[in-house]
Amino acid sequence: MGERDDPAGDRSVAAMPEGLWTQPPVEVPELDMEQVRRVTEPATLVYTYTPGLAQTRFLRGLQEGRILGERAEGATDVYVTGRGMDPVLGRATTESVEVGPNATVTAFCVVHIGFGEKAPPTPFVSALIRPDGAAVSLYGTVLGIPYDEVRIGMRVRPVWLPESERSATFECITHWEPIDEPDVPAEELKGHM
Amino acid sequence: MGDPSSTQEVLRAPLTIGYDFKRTTGPVIGAFFTALAEHRVLAIRDTRSRVLCPPVEYDPDSGDPLTEMLEVRPEGTVTTWSWVSTIREGQPLQEPHALAMIRLDGADTSMLHVIDCGSPEAISTGARVRIRWSAEPAEGFANIECFELLEEDRDG
Amino acid sequence: MRDVAIVSVAQTDHVRAEPRRNEVEMVQPVIQAALERIGAQISDIGFTCSGSSDYLAGQAFSFVMTLDAVGAWPPIAESHVEMDGAWALYEAWVKIQARQADTALVYGYSKSSPGDLPRVLTRQLDPYYYAPLWPDSVAMAALQARAMLDSGAITETEMAEIAHRSRTAAESNPHAQLKGSPPPEELLAGDYVAEPLRRHDCPPITDGGVAVVLAAGDRARQWADRPAWITGIDHRVDSHNFGARDLTRAPSVAIAARNAGVGYGAVEVAELCAPFTHQEKILRTELSLDDDVVVNPSGGALAANPIMGAGLIRLGEVAQRIMSGEVRRGLAHATSGQLLQQNLVAVLEGDS
Repeated sequence: MGERDDPAGDRSVAAMPEGLWTQPPVEVPELDMEQVRRVTEPATLVYTYTPGLAQTRFLRGLQEGRILGERAEGATDVYVTGRGMDPVLGRATTESVEVGPNATVTAFCVVHIGFGEKAPPTPFVSALIRPDGAAVSLYGTVLGIPYDEVRIGMRVRPVWLPESERSATFECITHWEPIDEPDVPAEELKGHM
Repeated sequence: MGDPSSTQEVLRAPLTIGYDFKRTTGPVIGAFFTALAEHRVLAIRDTRSRVLCPPVEYDPDSGDPLTEMLEVRPEGTVTTWSWVSTIREGQPLQEPHALAMIRLDGADTSMLHVIDCGSPEAISTGARVRIRWSAEPAEGFANIECFELLEEDRDG
Repeated sequence: MRDVAIVSVAQTDHVRAEPRRNEVEMVQPVIQAALERIGAQISDIGFTCSGSSDYLAGQAFSFVMTLDAVGAWPPIAESHVEMDGAWALYEAWVKIQARQADTALVYGYSKSSPGDLPRVLTRQLDPYYYAPLWPDSVAMAALQARAMLDSGAITETEMAEIAHRSRTAAESNPHAQLKGSPPPEELLAGDYVAEPLRRHDCPPITDGGVAVVLAAGDRARQWADRPAWITGIDHRVDSHNFGARDLTRAPSVAIAARNAGVGYGAVEVAELCAPFTHQEKILRTELSLDDDVVVNPSGGALAANPIMGAGLIRLGEVAQRIMSGEVRRGLAHATSGQLLQQNLVAVLEGDS
């Protein structure tokens, strides 16, 4: 590293005290074993987690086969999944608004290395999917179409678990599949991608 | 809006977050842990000639790198203690015990550890204790299972 | 130096457990109230800074989620500390001093109820020599109390008196979680939680938060009739190596107090962040407080202890007493970490 005067400071970088960045050799009494270089420290914490009011409303909606967004008083944007806030206004949402179920792919990628127990066979498509009427997109997978035919603006609908198998979780929607509607032009997705 | 109207209706779920953190020891802590596996205790001398145990890489006051490690005794003196009656997962002893700062003979600073001494009546500041080594070889700090009272103190 | 003041304060009614709302739902009303009290919008705020920790509620990126409560889009100037919100206030104060902003919103909050707090706090400790022992935070504090009792720096009676005085004072604090106390004699008859600490020596476990607004110069005078000017502020740290420390002392407090200019005038009120009774005595000693100083009229952290908020609340409490005209000059102290490891001292003054 070349010497460089620090414009804000009183000494050049090269004038840092010796030993500040490296540790000198340590004198150790003779040990028989090979020196330990790394240890494993397991750490586990257990919580009783609550997603709060808004996400409870969203997850209960999924159980009923509905996608519920939220809107603040006087606002136009509907947020899904609602977290109880309009993040642009910084105000609490006051109204529950059903959105979708039909939706538009706003972004996607092709996954070649899947992980997690429930990952579909690779390659598959992970996508951001904006339900009709919502300002923002949900995350999901798009199946039922070759991965290299998925595109931004494509129209899709949710595929639900059978009602008897649903609980209040995000997994109520197993994936999204194409519907026979024309693609949404990219300019109409501005601000939502 | 259709607020969940009671606590029963708000969702809740158990959440466990756990990692096996792998930590690099560096030359000082590495030597300390290696010595523990040999049932020996190392300390380090600071710039004022104080002996720090457990050893650290840099002088607590000046920040100077420290380089001289030396051996101290596995016996020591309790400098302060408290009593743990609610046992939590991962603690070295699974029955009520003392949590204590212990200054090993030959050291000038104290080490945090637990003492297997049965009841709070059995322990006091100034009590003499020694390391009880883990029955099986363990990793790093875990080679110290706990401390126990020295006989001289029990009799006294 | 620029004149910078606290001009608005809002805090939650602190509770043992907020079982329904998540963190953003809990803290949003407080942020909104702090802004509304001075008729401000988020667009009037030049810098936003928060103090929180993901470990407490087991919520990944908690502080990012709570940004939904401040209207962070289009992008705002924002920062976060994994420390008490008092350090977020310090960062905001520096930002204003550096003329990067004229106003700031600062908040600190936590929900400790989802986890086992004394266990969660073990993760604050040195990962090689302390954390592997999972030493709970109450037993750790008890080591410090024992050292003080052994050295004669305090008695168990004094500790009970601090608990009694604090929780009696909290009766007039509408936000306090623990209000009222049996007399010290009765407290001393109680069992130990972690000898030598009894239940009354320990802070409650709290879900809650606090938000304050800072402003410089004329903006502060616009927003508050009587701004609480921050005339001095400093923070210092004692060694994390507890075994190399004299646990009965906290020299970092004395240095921070000197640098904050505590001694330049009379202190009428002091809000000290002493989660455990014996720690108040350490702070009084390090701050050289006269006996006539009113300490913790809010009840302090013994009456409500939202981790990451309890220190910022101390600044807010002093500020409110200045803004209301009740006092002219006060001291606020915040701590972060265990055993008074990190300490912040601020002096707040009203126009005379």
